[in-house]
Amino acid sequence: MEKLLDIENLRVTFPTRQGEFEAVRGISFNLGRERLGIVGESGSGKSMTGRAILRLIRPPGRVEADRLEMEGRDLLGMSEREMQRVRGEQISMVMQDPKFSLNPVMRVGEQIIEIYRFHTGASKRDAYAKAIEMLQAVSINDPERVMRAYPHEMSGGMGQRIMIAMMLVTEPKVLIADEPTSALDVSVQTQVLSIIDRLVRQRGMGLIFISHDLNLVASFCDRVLIMYAGRIVETCAADQLHQARHPYTRGLLNSLPRLDAPQPRLEALKRDPAWTLAPSVSGRI
Amino acid sequence: MSSLEIQDLSVWFGHDENRVDAVKGASFAVPSGASFGLVGESGSGKSTILRAIVGLIPTWSGQIRVDGAPLGKKRPRSFFKDVQMVFQDPYASLHPRHTVDQVLGETLKLHGFKDVDTRIAKLLEDVGLGQPFRFRYPHQLSGGQRQRVAIARALAPEPSVLLLDEPTSALDVSVQAEVLNLLSDLRESRALTYLMVSHNLAVVAHMCDETAVMKDGEIVEVMGVEDMRAMTPAHPYTRHLLDSSLGYKPSDAQSA
Ligand SMILES: Nc1ncnc2c1ncn2[C@@H]1O[C@H](COP(=O)(O)OP(=O)(O)OP(=O)(O)O)[C@@H](O)[C@H]1O
Ligand SMILES: Nc1ncnc2c1ncn2[C@@H]1O[C@H](COP(=O)(O)OP(=O)(O)OP(=O)(O)O)[C@@H](O)[C@H]1O
Ligand SMILES: [Mg+2]
Ligand SMILES: [Mg+2]
Repeated sequence: MEKLLDIENLRVTFPTRQGEFEAVRGISFNLGRERLGIVGESGSGKSMTGRAILRLIRPPGRVEADRLEMEGRDLLGMSEREMQRVRGEQISMVMQDPKFSLNPVMRVGEQIIEIYRFHTGASKRDAYAKAIEMLQAVSINDPERVMRAYPHEMSGGMGQRIMIAMMLVTEPKVLIADEPTSALDVSVQTQVLSIIDRLVRQRGMGLIFISHDLNLVASFCDRVLIMYAGRIVETCAADQLHQARHPYTRGLLNSLPRLDAPQPRLEALKRDPAWTLAPSVSGRI
Repeated sequence: MSSLEIQDLSVWFGHDENRVDAVKGASFAVPSGASFGLVGESGSGKSTILRAIVGLIPTWSGQIRVDGAPLGKKRPRSFFKDVQMVFQDPYASLHPRHTVDQVLGETLKLHGFKDVDTRIAKLLEDVGLGQPFRFRYPHQLSGGQRQRVAIARALAPEPSVLLLDEPTSALDVSVQAEVLNLLSDLRESRALTYLMVSHNLAVVAHMCDETAVMKDGEIVEVMGVEDMRAMTPAHPYTRHLLDSSLGYKPSDAQSA
């Protein structure tokens, strides 16, 4: 498999009042021109994994790894300036918190135009046209109004789509999408995913898709890493997710409400301390 | 116990050529102790309805009645204890420089509770966050942990109506199960009334007896849970939503 990202023994550590807290505890995986899903419970380290790849962990948090490479280039050894080029041009990340990552006092259009021009040096006019095109691509019906609007004037799902448009406008080689469609109705979600899907199929983009939606990951991704307490407990082909064996993964699957079968109560996970102690499973292929 | 009624509600932003008609003549009724769902297109006005009810948007017309009493432009003090909202965006809704303890403590004091300390501990336990989280700041929490704090804050004044805007979309499925179970238990034990927005139709079916489907600022249909489960909607848009909820099909990429 042609490797875009190669990650070995990645760790993310935060100092806290109670001592050092390891949010990511030595995980290894690689990413080719594929759709790789990461699922796992809240706090299991999914977002920190994504942020660590882009070196976006704020100090005093620390990122360490035996290897953290993008197309053979060591990301940990890069200067902050070099990293700024990597972010956006090589690897983009759609953050879990769209409104938080947009500048609240800058119009939506200016933000997309700025990022596009920073990475491509395009003229203002071309950048405007490109921004409109991207907003239309993510199913925004009135792109001119949205270009003029401020982030707080956007609905939750519109903010999320604006972020996706902004991250895709530079045509990155790798997209890390952290819960990119959680605020979208299922119909718009399908449209947005189909754009990402096409970028993977036609342009060979690599995708890391972080999501709580197990059914969506099973139907959309190629393979899946399942995280628990900062480690990978299981990996599988996405279409085999519903047959996963680990009791934790089974617990997650069983806690889903179902449209076709009413239940009086939903099943919550019963955690086993042994899950935390088990070594991380490799996500390399 | 409180019922909630919306009649011919319209909500708009801005004026003249910048006017956005976010909600156009929406009507529905939530009986006391019931749970009512709002689903629909992104940007169709779901959050706007909730925000108009809690008084965050002054530009509306029509009627909003809580327990039969019509609301004016100003909400009486008691309203804010009675009706609480959990916001869609758990990042924006928590003050960045307040710890979890401060967030909950202030809400409790504001509503005149004395046993603040024990209540904070109980609230955290109720939403599945233990003591270690009590003195953390929002940036030290994951997305799901923040949403649980937001739910704890909404529960703090012991409201009778909860407006829930995507309460579990930032949560993992197991915590979602816990939170939905918690919300069901609370509804039963405290006879709460819920108005709940969600994109997840299975969640809405699990929680709500009736659901309004929105598109372009309008309610296109109000559907009972049986029709939703049987996938027998009246409106073509609802049919489209139900079909899309079955998962991603690569063929969708070609046709889109
Ligand atoms: N600055 C920080 N200081 C201390 N702990 C932190 C900090 N930032 C994150 N954490 C902790 O790191 C763990 C992993 O967080 P992360 O955001 O990766 O979770 P996640 O898997 O993305 O969860 P979610 O699904 O809820 O978004 C969490 O337990 C979180 O509380
Ligand atoms: N403060 C505001 N100023 C101007 N327009 C606004 C404002 N708030 C919301 N809108 C507009 O009102 C419409 C409805 O927004 P709303 O947030 O109610 O949608 P929603 O149904 O909750 O969508 P989502 O599912 O994406 O959260 C959108 O077109 C939005 O841009
Ligand atoms: Mg996260
Ligand atoms: Mg909304």
